[in-house]
Amino acid sequence: MNRELKRVTIVALLMFLALFVSSTIIQFVQAESLAADPRNSRTLYESYSVERGPILVGGDPIAFSQPTDDLYKFQRVYSNGPLYAPVTGYIPVNGEATGLEQSLNSYLSGQSSSQFFDSLNRLISGQDPMGASVEVAIDPVLQQASWDALGDYTGAVIVTEPATGRILAMVTKPTYDPNALAVHDSAAVQATYEGLLADPTDPLFNRATGGDMNPPGSVFKLVVTAAALESGRYTPESTFPNPSSLTLPGTDSVVRNSGGGTCGGGSEVTLATALRLSCNIPFAELGMELGDTAIRQQAEKFGFNSEFEIPTATEVSTYPRGLDEPQTALTAFGQGDVRATPMQMAMVSAAIANGGIVMNPNLVDSITAPDFTPLQEFEPAEFGRAISEQTANTMVEMMVNGVENGAASNARIDGVSVAGKTGTAENGEDDPYTLWFTGFAPADNPQYAITVLVENGGGLGQEGFGNLIAAPVAKEVLEAVLNQ
Amino acid sequence: MRTTTPPGGVSATPPSGVRRIRLPQKLRNTELWLLIVACMINAAAIVLVQLGAMGGIDTQLVLLGVGLSVLAFGMHIAMRFVARDADPFLLPIATVLNGLGIAMIYRIDIANAESGWESASVRQIVWSAIAIIAGIVTIVLLRNHRVLFRYTYLSGLIAIVLLLLPLVPGLGHREGGAQVWISIGIATFQPGEIAKIALAVFFAGYLVRNRDSLSMVGRKFLGMQFPRARDLGPLLVVWALSMAVIVFQRDLGTALLYFGLFLVMLYVATSRLSWVVLGLGLFIGGALVASQTLDYVGNRFANWLDPFNPERFDQEFGGSYQVVQGLFGLANGGLIGTGWGQGRPDITPVPQSDYIIASLGEELGLAGVFAILALYVLFVARGFRIGFAGQDDFGKLLGVGLAFVIALQVFIVVGGVTRVIPLTGLTTPFLAAGGSSLVAHWIIVALLLRLSDTVRNHPRLVIDG
Repeated sequence: MNRELKRVTIVALLMFLALFVSSTIIQFVQAESLAADPRNSRTLYESYSVERGPILVGGDPIAFSQPTDDLYKFQRVYSNGPLYAPVTGYIPVNGEATGLEQSLNSYLSGQSSSQFFDSLNRLISGQDPMGASVEVAIDPVLQQASWDALGDYTGAVIVTEPATGRILAMVTKPTYDPNALAVHDSAAVQATYEGLLADPTDPLFNRATGGDMNPPGSVFKLVVTAAALESGRYTPESTFPNPSSLTLPGTDSVVRNSGGGTCGGGSEVTLATALRLSCNIPFAELGMELGDTAIRQQAEKFGFNSEFEIPTATEVSTYPRGLDEPQTALTAFGQGDVRATPMQMAMVSAAIANGGIVMNPNLVDSITAPDFTPLQEFEPAEFGRAISEQTANTMVEMMVNGVENGAASNARIDGVSVAGKTGTAENGEDDPYTLWFTGFAPADNPQYAITVLVENGGGLGQEGFGNLIAAPVAKEVLEAVLNQ
Repeated sequence: MRTTTPPGGVSATPPSGVRRIRLPQKLRNTELWLLIVACMINAAAIVLVQLGAMGGIDTQLVLLGVGLSVLAFGMHIAMRFVARDADPFLLPIATVLNGLGIAMIYRIDIANAESGWESASVRQIVWSAIAIIAGIVTIVLLRNHRVLFRYTYLSGLIAIVLLLLPLVPGLGHREGGAQVWISIGIATFQPGEIAKIALAVFFAGYLVRNRDSLSMVGRKFLGMQFPRARDLGPLLVVWALSMAVIVFQRDLGTALLYFGLFLVMLYVATSRLSWVVLGLGLFIGGALVASQTLDYVGNRFANWLDPFNPERFDQEFGGSYQVVQGLFGLANGGLIGTGWGQGRPDITPVPQSDYIIASLGEELGLAGVFAILALYVLFVARGFRIGFAGQDDFGKLLGVGLAFVIALQVFIVVGGVTRVIPLTGLTTPFLAAGGSSLVAHWIIVALLLRLSDTVRNHPRLVIDG
């Protein structure tokens, strides 16, 4: 019997040997490749268990990780969450992150390749792993002023620095509190998220860089004016016929000026006057003369039809190809199929303010490792030249006129020269208008380019217009930093 | 050989004075120290879980753990009276494995935010208490294992009844696809676990009685002596039983366990390799047929061979999600583990029962898995030792059977998790959540202790006599 017992003992030992080998293969040999499997949610959760780096505005955290005693080890906290929601986004325990939390995740979670040696060093020296901190370009004063000025309107305010493209303020309303989506309770996060998703006011939209894209209306006349001046065939003094209505060729569509009559009287009207008073008929005529290709090429030089990552991805503003004459006429005053984000319109204004050069919009100043070594500095980057310096100077003058004695009069600030353009875009036949203001100040030394978008007619349906609703918002924001 | 046991059934104890002088409870003192170490490890595990997962200490569960330690010491004290020469390693190993299991189950409870009497960990503690008491009762009441020999056929009958219970309408209860539970009021019970012991007793008794006819006659073929057709009966019956378990209870692991147990005991009893060859052939043939005809068996094989296939991973029922998550968990643990309460074992389905070894591997690492496997190796080795040193064939066979069934069960479940074999649902002895498994394994501990006590005090009887 003992001979058989020996053999059975050997069999049992072999069985255990197999288990020792198999566990070694999994936990040692294959450990790394298993961790790299995209389906391995543990790797994802690892990113929650390191102390995620903070997102800073002027040195103060707007998002930071607070130690907790639950499984995730850290709770992400968004101080002043709704105000900064379009900047930070949120990182939920289930599902995908948004905003900078998503676009800079590898830095914030300490997993970017440039942080490898830092993490190794922390591991060896026994410190807990920690992510890098992100300093954003946002100016807290401008951000708060934009929030306050926008009030209860549905819309967005974006302020950029014309010379660099740095985004100094980005506010969208209605918005949400990212803290509610960062709680460590998957079911609660899911419920909150679905509630926000079902909300008819779309609080999850970042209307400054996306959302339901709006027609730019009259603010797009800046692009058409630029195209005209750049063609060399027009000056501000070029004249156009000045009827009180214009039937588009081959259609029944009738274009009218916003006041209903002619553009400032007279049988002819100059380009400068048409822009100053924001008349539609002269621009429809100009658009048909220029053609859709020239307008589109100019629009694309300002950034239309291009993707921008700030570094968060943004929606592409569009000017379509292959338009016929009546469609081209409509786009020339920002109707038809042209769509723009406030960020895109801010790029147009900023380029005019910046001597014609478009800067890539950018939300982030620098990324710094926990040991204070800089990981990445964001240098200003040119997108390209949209217009000549001469055209730019001419347009500055025209836009200043628009504010001083034109259709954008409500953006006037005592003691400061403001350049601006309003817009009142039609949506459906009975739908409320979309109201715009885009401009910059001071006009002689532009520090701030601002674009205001107010959807839903600012609550006034088809009674609201850009100068009534959007221009005062811009004025209030600019006053917060210029009249100090 | 059988006659070396003194008549009367109760192991004859030499005059106690003599024994105390010669052997002052040295074994029991070793056991005491090991038990103290085991309880300290268990307490540390619970405390580390609390610190790791909650950042504080919850005294209620620590107190429950202390109560469990008291019971383990109670068993130790009982053995000082009724099994002085029993093996000193079995009780501490069972205690530490049981404690580590409770700590991990508790850790999963924290992750799932479950507490109080409804939580798996508290239930596991209560079941552990019942199981240890069952062990104490076994070792106190059963003073001589040869009593069991008398009940060979009764044991066989009990095993069959226990196996059939889950199939009784109204009593049976299906969980995770397998129809192996019975539901009595609030508690569910897996009678198959207890059937394992009854089967081992039956096999041992039956084989000792019939070994001659099973081993002596037969025809030689391919260098092996094959049994006569009429002696194939028992093998075919057990094979049919195992296949019935696969088909009706949908439980591949249990079938493999029973059949493996029988084959090994048959081989040890008859010294005939031909039995093993025949039996393995039958079982593999049956399993292959099952994998082709039964969906759940086919899924298990496919998940074993190609778990990372996206199609298998995403399959809603019977896919490889669990297998792959278990592997991810083990990989996450690496060599030294994440530490108690620091990993994410709760991502894997059933992390506290079938997959507890993956949970432990994640938080204690390869080092922890090796330590746990080493504890099993030691436990099984102590069992085999009874087989080598035993005085009577029934005791030898029963000891080997009980030890091997633990080894085989560990192999089937851990091998399933680590992809040595297809995954089948079985409990990891002492570790996994499950009352019936605990009760069964603590009774096995008691039986092995009883057997080892008999082994130890026989030589001295001869000297004394």
